Amino acid sequence: MLINGIAVGCIYGMIALGFVLIYKATEAVNFAQGDIMMLGAFAAFSIIALLGFNYWVGLFGAILIMAVFGYALEALLLRPVIGQPQFAIVMLTIGLGFIFRTVAGAIWGHDPSAFYTPFTGKVSSFGPVVIAQENLAIIIGTALLCLVLYLFFTRTRLGVAMQASSQNQLAAYYMGIPVKRVFSLIWAISAGVAAVAGVLLSPLTLIDPGTMGFFGIKAFAAAVLGGFGSIPGALVGGILIGLVEQFAGRYLPAGFQETSAYLVLLLVLVLKPSGLFGQMAQKKV
Amino acid sequence: MRFIFKTRYEQDLNIARHGGDWFWYGLLLVLMVLAPLVLDLFYIGELTLVLIYAIAGVGLMLLVGYTGLVSLGHAAFLGIGAYTNAYFLGQGWPFLITFPLSGIVAALAGIAIGVPTLRMTGLYLAIATLAFSIIVEKVFSHWSSVTGGFDGLPVDAPDLFGYELWEPWQLYYIALVVLVLVLWGSANLLRSPTGRAMVAVRDSEVSAQSMGVNLAWTKTIAFAVSAGITGLAGALFGHFVQHLAPDSFAILLSIQLLLLVVVGGVGSLHGAIYGAIFVGALPQLIAIARDYLPPAVSQIPGLEPGLFGVILVLFIIFEPFGIYGRWRKVKLYFDLFPLYKKATFKRQKAYLKTERLR
Repeated sequence: MLINGIAVGCIYGMIALGFVLIYKATEAVNFAQGDIMMLGAFAAFSIIALLGFNYWVGLFGAILIMAVFGYALEALLLRPVIGQPQFAIVMLTIGLGFIFRTVAGAIWGHDPSAFYTPFTGKVSSFGPVVIAQENLAIIIGTALLCLVLYLFFTRTRLGVAMQASSQNQLAAYYMGIPVKRVFSLIWAISAGVAAVAGVLLSPLTLIDPGTMGFFGIKAFAAAVLGGFGSIPGALVGGILIGLVEQFAGRYLPAGFQETSAYLVLLLVLVLKPSGLFGQMAQKKV
Repeated sequence: MRFIFKTRYEQDLNIARHGGDWFWYGLLLVLMVLAPLVLDLFYIGELTLVLIYAIAGVGLMLLVGYTGLVSLGHAAFLGIGAYTNAYFLGQGWPFLITFPLSGIVAALAGIAIGVPTLRMTGLYLAIATLAFSIIVEKVFSHWSSVTGGFDGLPVDAPDLFGYELWEPWQLYYIALVVLVLVLWGSANLLRSPTGRAMVAVRDSEVSAQSMGVNLAWTKTIAFAVSAGITGLAGALFGHFVQHLAPDSFAILLSIQLLLLVVVGGVGSLHGAIYGAIFVGALPQLIAIARDYLPPAVSQIPGLEPGLFGVILVLFIIFEPFGIYGRWRKVKLYFDLFPLYKKATFKRQKAYLKTERLR
């Protein structure tokens, strides 16, 4: 159960990572992240189950498709809204989320679907501990993803440029960083991360347009718990939320499992609004 | 075109800009009062729903349009108002007490959720209200001793001085009176120091703070008033549907209310009314559109939320000030004919307005 909680938590963490990346760089919050994850899962579903390719082709194909999708989304729809009041972006992404859900329902149907993964139904045992390989895949996948992202942001020119434009947009612009393209790329990465989350999650909860959107909302709890804008915070927050949810389902009365993530979210806002790893600072004029 | 020559500062604060306003609004009110005498039962019902949407829309407009905060959970306040009203009516309390009570309870809930989050940027409020509305929906379905759980809660008819008002036209008049009072109160609030502080907070928190506006206080007031008005709308909504079910207050309703505000025109009370008419007419429009669309499109299950999304996105990108903004442009075009310049309403290119230090 612990492992299960951690695995689900990793998914929350990955979605939260998507929020945080976008928030850090463009100061926008993407309320459609859960729906982008769902689209990623469906993209993998199409490649694996409908076109008959192998799991790994599906995984990387989905990442690629979603990255292009995220890039196009930013370039076409979100750029006109940059600099407008914050609620414009909030509402825009909410609207997009609803569109994605309807479109996905129209294309792939509203029945939950699944595809074959090499991990389904297998277990690995480490001494006395027996772990389902689906969970193991999620945990290892998250760890690998974090490593890749960490190396990308610290070791590559593009990654450093992204950090720069997230810290000070104007200064980055003066330094010759193409800020607009960087923003689009951030959205691409975020959508790619969401695709990974979607593909890894699909063996646990079947792919279906209704439920996956809720993962997006719960991931907010993870992001807030970790302190909005902190990348390690998002992952730690996600894992904590996953664990809380598992244990609430076990020890508390019915109804608490679904709401525990939101209760944690509200509690964090009351007690420690900056989150565990937050760096909130007052804006200076 | 009418030029208003202002000779006193007080004229800026007048509730109507000039005598013409009194005439046209008065005429509209008279027409609204006379409407049930000529209209069909079906249209009275639809108009009542529009009035209820308009009340909730004014509540949300005060928050989104005038204070610049987004709430993604106003359906929860609508639900709290509806359930409070229905529960206490069921206990035999008179409508004249339960109705204001539903507003007060919703406002208190608003304060409870607002106080912790309003210290932060507006973003946190959006997230917190989203979480809050999901929790509230769960409470509605699990607290069966009060809310009737999944079976729902029947709503008694409103009573005034011992008379039970079952007829649809009676509910219409109640909603009309409430809407007029709410509009009047909101217009007055907006020209009061508190209302102007709200607008200042929307335009720039930093400059509002520099001018001595207490940010947390102003935001909390705005949120409480908004939640309270929405609670009142919820009470009427309960009478309209006559049977409350937890799932009628889901996120989709919150999105519908936001759609109302955006489509009507953010930052104007007129916008709330236009938006209410739009949202009220939307199901009919969709039903009509279904007949003309190819079956492959019109048979998609869950088409409505998707359409809401499309409308929301199109308005935010192409007409951020909604129907009211478009109306002002058209009006100005004819006022200034043939000298209208397209650039009058052009959006300025803005850099990202950052809300954090690093």
